[in-house]
This record gives sequence, structure tokens and C-alpha cells, in this order.
Amino acid sequence: MKISFPHMGYSYLALKWLVENTGHECIVPPEPSSRTLDLGVRHAPEFACIPFKILMGTYLEVAEKGAEVILTSGGMGPCRAGLYWVMHQYILDELNTGVKVVAFEPPLCDLKDFIKKLRWVRKTGGLSVKEFVQAIRITWEKIKAIDEVEMLSHEIRPYETNRGETTRRLWQALEMLDAANNEAEIKDAMQEGLKLLQEVSQDHSRNPLKIGIIGEIYVVLEPAANHYIQIMLGEMGVQTDRSIYLTSYTRKNTIVNLEGDIFEVAKPYLGEAPIGGHGANSIGETILYARHGFDGVVQLAPFACIPEIVAKSIIPTVTKDYGIPVLTLFIDEQTGKAGVQTRLEAFVDLLEKRREVKAKRGIERLVI
Amino acid sequence: MIKGYLGVDVGSVSTNLVVIDDQNQLLVEQYLRTNGKPIETVQQGLYAIGQELPADVQIAGAATTGSARYLTSLIVGADIVKNEITAHAIASSALAEDVKTIIEIGGQDSKIIILRDGVVTDFAMNTVCAAGTGSFLDQQASRLLILIEEFGNYALKAKNPVRIAGRCAVFAESDMVHKQQLGYNTEDIIAGLCEALVRNYMNNVGKGKEILAPVMFQGGVAANQGLVQAFNKYLGLEVIVPKYYGVMGAIGAAILARQASRKKIKTSFKGFNIQEINFKTSSFECKGCSNACEVVQFYENSELLARWGDRCGKWEMDSM
Repeated sequence: MKISFPHMGYSYLALKWLVENTGHECIVPPEPSSRTLDLGVRHAPEFACIPFKILMGTYLEVAEKGAEVILTSGGMGPCRAGLYWVMHQYILDELNTGVKVVAFEPPLCDLKDFIKKLRWVRKTGGLSVKEFVQAIRITWEKIKAIDEVEMLSHEIRPYETNRGETTRRLWQALEMLDAANNEAEIKDAMQEGLKLLQEVSQDHSRNPLKIGIIGEIYVVLEPAANHYIQIMLGEMGVQTDRSIYLTSYTRKNTIVNLEGDIFEVAKPYLGEAPIGGHGANSIGETILYARHGFDGVVQLAPFACIPEIVAKSIIPTVTKDYGIPVLTLFIDEQTGKAGVQTRLEAFVDLLEKRREVKAKRGIERLVI
Repeated sequence: MIKGYLGVDVGSVSTNLVVIDDQNQLLVEQYLRTNGKPIETVQQGLYAIGQELPADVQIAGAATTGSARYLTSLIVGADIVKNEITAHAIASSALAEDVKTIIEIGGQDSKIIILRDGVVTDFAMNTVCAAGTGSFLDQQASRLLILIEEFGNYALKAKNPVRIAGRCAVFAESDMVHKQQLGYNTEDIIAGLCEALVRNYMNNVGKGKEILAPVMFQGGVAANQGLVQAFNKYLGLEVIVPKYYGVMGAIGAAILARQASRKKIKTSFKGFNIQEINFKTSSFECKGCSNACEVVQFYENSELLARWGDRCGKWEMDSM
């Protein structure tokens, strides 16, 4: 079968490998562009949020390229994103694309359905259970390696002396990972890629600000949807850590994963009702970033996203209690990045000034 | 010889230039409409302000701000480039040290800046909606056949402001039309519109912000007495409109230029007579990879000054 899937950051490299190595043909989803957005906006309901529209556009683009099946995720709970795949299927049918959307619900919510769909992918590809499990394992290793090099790039970028060098080397590293076909090759490519990044010419006399990136999963994970915010901030001399990586929950080295249950952390501010999406996460993550000495947090929210709006209205209290400034950026159809740049520059000014004032107070205290 | 510092603020609607002295006193100011042509407007503005400037003033520093700040910095020869949020905050706190809140409404954006002890602690800018900014007021004024300068005075004469939906410019307009058709008088409608805009502002950019006095109201829209009154009513306090409310961003830039000049031996300022220079831009699509970045090239006469728009930085020039 010709299979495609949503474009989310660099994960497409690993998913492409998975599709190609389970007996299928992969239609690689293109990076969301203005054409993707045009297509999505034209066929999506006006009040759907930006992830819906970009995905709609992506699905139509891969349909043009001949995709027969789109693998995506479902979801449960109050956020409407869990129903997006159903709506996407309706629209794809209406447009006579003949594409079938197969959504994987969270295994804990419907294990039977999850296994059934996996088996269908395996059988139609003609693989044995053993081969299939092996392919998934390699894919997982690949995703982990991709996340690993990307994380390092965000650490190094604020120190680079030639703008763009880190980004170019990251792309090289990703190309090497793309070519790797087994666990040993992935490991080698990753080491090689990490080395490439470490060799970026750097100025270590700088003391970069640290900003945590939180918010709704799609706009956090897809740089094309968030104006490449981590690269933009990196080039402004800011180190960023984002709350969501596909491999987050298996990691020990990400801030958000250091402290167990994120909902437990958010509880003092959000007692009872689950607000859906990543709303509760956003509150908890702001607290975690504050605890780990971050200078500030940027919240990315699709325009009209209820979970993030609820979180946004709670965050000022967190800011007060923990003394961590938060900038919320609403993301919608506008593609000009000047507005985002202005807000980020002003936010960085604010954080730098805060640091100065804090340092001065520290010195005054020492004198006394 | 007096040292002067130039601040240039190029926004969506207006281009403002000021020169201040060592004591932050405003020497001259220029206010022009950008009309979508930032390069020509800046050239004209520079020439005009140069003509106005007393002969014994010498420019010792220059800075640019506003949405066209980077482009403008190349034309002017700026010593520092700063975003307009920081510039506005600096201008206001130079004017009144204890200012705690700044309301700024310009042509296409509106912002709120919260300061404590002279330091910005929080800010917000309107996101996806331009209701309540100067452009919208301009449009409504011309629809009612009223000069924008007169708009505020109408509002002051109102006895019973009508309620108008302020959530969205389009809805506000149709709501306004309906009220007109029902026979409400123009004064009450305009006052209602002012109140709706203030409500929109407070719900949009002002949401969750701790607004403490003194509150400064600046930006081109602060000329509108109707809005000043509506803000006073909503906030239950008297907002302060600074004397040079329309050019505060440029003043902030000029102050930054003064600070920056202390760290520089000589200013990069190119002078006022740049009218003869031909600044132009051209663009091409980079074929280096699948990103196909639109790279912009900026020329001064035939000399290539800068390039931007590439994501990987390979077209970057040393001058930037």
C-alpha cells in the first residue's frame, strides 16, 4: 500500500523508514508550506484550529501524490483533536480522494482496536510478527536518535559564532540518520551527528538565557507551524528546551520528565476537571521550568484552542508564585514572522533585564 | 556644538522621526504616513527633519524601531536596532519614572506594557485581530464622513453611549450600522464605539494583567479624546497622555541611540542627505535545498549591502 502520515518536525524520517521496511510504499509528507495551508484552509471548517488545517492540507497533498492510507493518531478526552481524524476522513471522502485514514487510539484507551490496526498494517505488508516487531524497534531507535541530535542543536545554537552553522550541521546529521538501516548504523550516525554539532565554532563566553517551550503538541513539534521558534530564539542567543519530544516519556534527561507525574505538579492550580489537550501539561511544565532555573517560558497555542486558553488564564498565578515570566503566542494562519520576532525580542529584553536586576540585588546583598 | 540623537520608528501606518539632546529633550519631530513605502518615506522624513534641525546640532547616534526596523537601520545607518515594545517602555519611563502601565495603540497593533520599578515585567500585543486600532477608527470615521481628528470630540458630546459589540471589527461595524438604522444619534454611537474598543482592548491584550496607576496612554490613537474618556471610565482612574504621545516609540529609540553612542567611537549614521541614494531590494529563490527560501537582497545604489530571508544562513553577509 501507499502509506503516508502527518508531518511533525523531523520524525518523518523515521516513519518513512518504518513504512518502507514493513512492505509498503511511503508517500513522504512534504514540510507544511503556504500551499499546504491554502489547501487546508479551503477545505477545513472555518473555526477549526490550525493543526486541523495544516493536517488537512498535508493529507490533500499526499493524496495528490497517490497515498492510499494515512496513519495518524486519535485521542480521547475533552480536546476535539481526538475527533479530527473522523472529520478529515469525511472531507477526504467528500473530495473523492479515495484515501483511508487509520487512526491509532491510545493503547490504554482501546487496546484491542490498537492491536487490530497494527496487525492490519503488518499483514497487508506481508511481514511476520518477528520481522514487524524488529522494524518497529529500529524505527523507535531512529526517532530517539533524531530527538537526540535535535536537542543538542538547540543547546549549541546560542553559542555559534556563524549564524546558521548549527542548523546546517543538524541537517547533515539528519541526512546521515536517514541513511541508517539498522541499530548499529543508527548508533554510528548519531555519534557522528553529535560530533558534527559539537564541532560548531562556538563562543563560550556567552551566558545564554534559557527558555522553555510549552503548549499544544502539534504547534510545539512542527517548526513550520511555529515559525521555527527554537531556531529563531537560538539565533537570538537563547537556549531552548521544549516540553514535548516524541520520545520524551522514555527519557531521563529532559526537564519535563525529571519529576514524575506532570498532573500532580499542576494540581495546586487545576484541581478537578481535566481540561483536555496539553492544557494541564502547560501549567505543570511552567512550574517545572521555574524550578529548574529557566529564565522564562513561551507558550504556543493554536488560536481558539480551549485547553491552552484555560492554561493561559491560570498561568499568571503560576508566574506570580514562581516568578517566571510567560509569553503566550497564538498561532493561526498568518505566515509573516515579523510579529513573532518583535514579541520574542521584547521578551528576551525583559528576561535579560530581569537577570541584570537579580544579579545586582545579589551583589547588594553580599555587600550588606 | 550640541549633540543630537536620532530615533526612527517605522510602523505599518506612520513613520516617525525625532532628534533629542543629551537631556532627553525633544528638538525636532517628523510624522509621516508610511503608505506602504518604508524606504522612500524614511528618505523623505530624514531630509525633512535635517532641514528643520538647528545648524549647531550634530547627530552623535541613531537608532531604529518599529516593524521595519531592520530595513530602516540599513538606510539610516543605525547604531542600534530595537523592537518597539522595549522602545516604548524606555520612552515612558524616561518621562515619568514611576509609570507602572503603558497602553499603546497604533495603526495596526495595540500593546500593553507592565513596568515595576522602571523594569518591564510583562507585556502583550494584540494577536490575530486588529479591532480597536487606528486603522479601524480611520475606516469608521470616513464611513461616518467625520474627520478622524473630530472623532473624539463627537464622543465627548454623547449623553447615552450605545452598546456596540467590540469583539471583532467586522461585527462592530455591522452592529454600528444597525444602531444607526434604528436612529441613534452619531455622538452616542461614536462614544459607544470608543467604549467597545476599550472593552476589546482590555479583554484581548489587557487580560490577566495587573493594571496599576500611573497609566500612560500613547500611540497615534491617544489623540482621540473619546478613547481617553472611555479608558478613564473603564479603569476608574485618569490615564496620562504624554505631550509627544504620537512619537514615543521614536523617542525611545533616540534614548537607546544615546546610550549606545557611549559604547561607540563614532556613529554609523549616514547623514540627512540620502535622498539621492537609490535604495532598492530584489529577491530570488534559493535552489540550495528543498526549503526554497525567498532571499531578499538590499542594494545601496549598485552596492549590495545585505541579504536576508535564508533559513540556513548561507547567504548571510558580514555587514549584518
